[in-house]
Amino acid sequence: MLKIEHLKKRYKTGPWVLKDISFEVPDGEIVGLIGPSGAGKSSLIRCVNRLIDPTDGNIQLDDVNLSSLSAGKIREQRRHIGMIFQEYALVERLSVMENVLSGRLGYLPFWRSFLRRYPEQDIDNAFEYLERVGLIDHANKRADELSGGQRQRVGIARALAQDPRLLLVDEPTASLDPKTSRQIMRLIQSICREKSLSAIINIHDVPLAMQFVDRIIGLQGGEIVFDGKPEALTEDVLTRIYGDEDWTSVKPDEDDLENGEAA
Amino acid sequence: MRTWQRPHYLVPDKRWRIALWIVFALYLVIGISSVEVNWQRAYEGLERGMRFMEGFVNPNFSRRAADIYSGILESLTMTVTSTVVGILLSIPFGMGAARNISPKPIYLFCRSFIAVSRSMQEVIVAIFLVALFGFGAFAGFLTLTYATIGFLGKLLAEEIEEIDNKQLEAISSTGASWLQRVHIAIWPQVMPRMIGLSFYRFDINFRESAVIGIVGAGGIGATLNTSIDRYEYDSAGAILILIILIVLACEYFSGWIRKWVS
Repeated sequence: MLKIEHLKKRYKTGPWVLKDISFEVPDGEIVGLIGPSGAGKSSLIRCVNRLIDPTDGNIQLDDVNLSSLSAGKIREQRRHIGMIFQEYALVERLSVMENVLSGRLGYLPFWRSFLRRYPEQDIDNAFEYLERVGLIDHANKRADELSGGQRQRVGIARALAQDPRLLLVDEPTASLDPKTSRQIMRLIQSICREKSLSAIINIHDVPLAMQFVDRIIGLQGGEIVFDGKPEALTEDVLTRIYGDEDWTSVKPDEDDLENGEAA
Repeated sequence: MRTWQRPHYLVPDKRWRIALWIVFALYLVIGISSVEVNWQRAYEGLERGMRFMEGFVNPNFSRRAADIYSGILESLTMTVTSTVVGILLSIPFGMGAARNISPKPIYLFCRSFIAVSRSMQEVIVAIFLVALFGFGAFAGFLTLTYATIGFLGKLLAEEIEEIDNKQLEAISSTGASWLQRVHIAIWPQVMPRMIGLSFYRFDINFRESAVIGIVGAGGIGATLNTSIDRYEYDSAGAILILIILIVLACEYFSGWIRKWVS
């Protein structure tokens, strides 16, 4: 269970990018975080694994208070939090396998990763994750030889290799075509279901979010302006989040939803 | 009909622009005319210059063969050892001097060390170290090592500051330690360029080893200096040809390696 209480964030003396954010994510729930650019989505998920430090408030994962940990202790907690990035953020010059195994770094002493002497169990698991994301034949390719969708699958396998209790997903589909986007979202969803993992997914694409998440949180100007089921996301709510616009073409129609699930 | 002219952003006023150009031209004329040329001396020197060229066309490899051989060998030893030690030391200095991965005090220390190393030309360092350690290859080895740290350290630091930060962020988010981040997220990004620059520095160190030999820091430079002092231009020509050949060989080899690693 992830519990965020009164989270606030400002950079140096700039404006508040997060103003008093509080919500809980029970185990196994997939939360979609939507909102306009600059609403603080990215800052919010980076506060959770402390890639940026919150200015105020509490973030608690199970029984550990993440927001008060020292720099040394946070490393031990980060390994339980998998992160998936917008532009995949793979180490381009390393092989697919090395990228997946890099998910184990938090568990290993330096000499093991330096000599590439990964424990057998880690290697065996890495192969399993590659199989799960459908890239078992590409293990020894360099990451920069893969297509966008394949790279994002490697990113997912890397996050899985951490054996995480929580997934933070930052715009996973922003650089992918619509079909690949759906496949990636479906993969993330089914993996969360299999392992009853909870996830927070930043996403721009509202119909895609509504199709694959259990709950939607709408951020606007650093504040939560909506928190509820995807079905409750009406035109009024979208206007509250994004501002005035004709939303009729954005909402997925029934056909679309059915096709998506069948494919 | 509308017209358009590119506006002058630097000096908008046309009269000022003309005035500045005139001042610059005047300065150039006065500057050049203040360089004294002794045409008489230049004419006399022509003959010696011709002898030098002749020596270059008819090099004599045999008269000082033993000196040349040991000089080249010493230069190559100096080059290899100082390049290797310089690379090894430039890695910690370069990492320390990269703003994005080092704490402020370490950053300032490494940056200043590199700046000092780069501000002093090899010959000046060599004169100082020869005074300190006496004539010979050891002073040369230290000089070239010192210069290599400054050169590679600066370029490595810049390379690290320009890495793709997302890859580093992703590796940090797995809970990797500082060393693991450097090794897994940063090293693969800077490695090809680092290897290319190391070979380039090898070239430079060999050429410099010939120059610093002239001030007593060992190597082929000492032999070259003796030959020129004794007006043995044919031997000097032979040495220069050997230096050119070795530098060409290094160039070819490093180009091939760089293509292979990238």
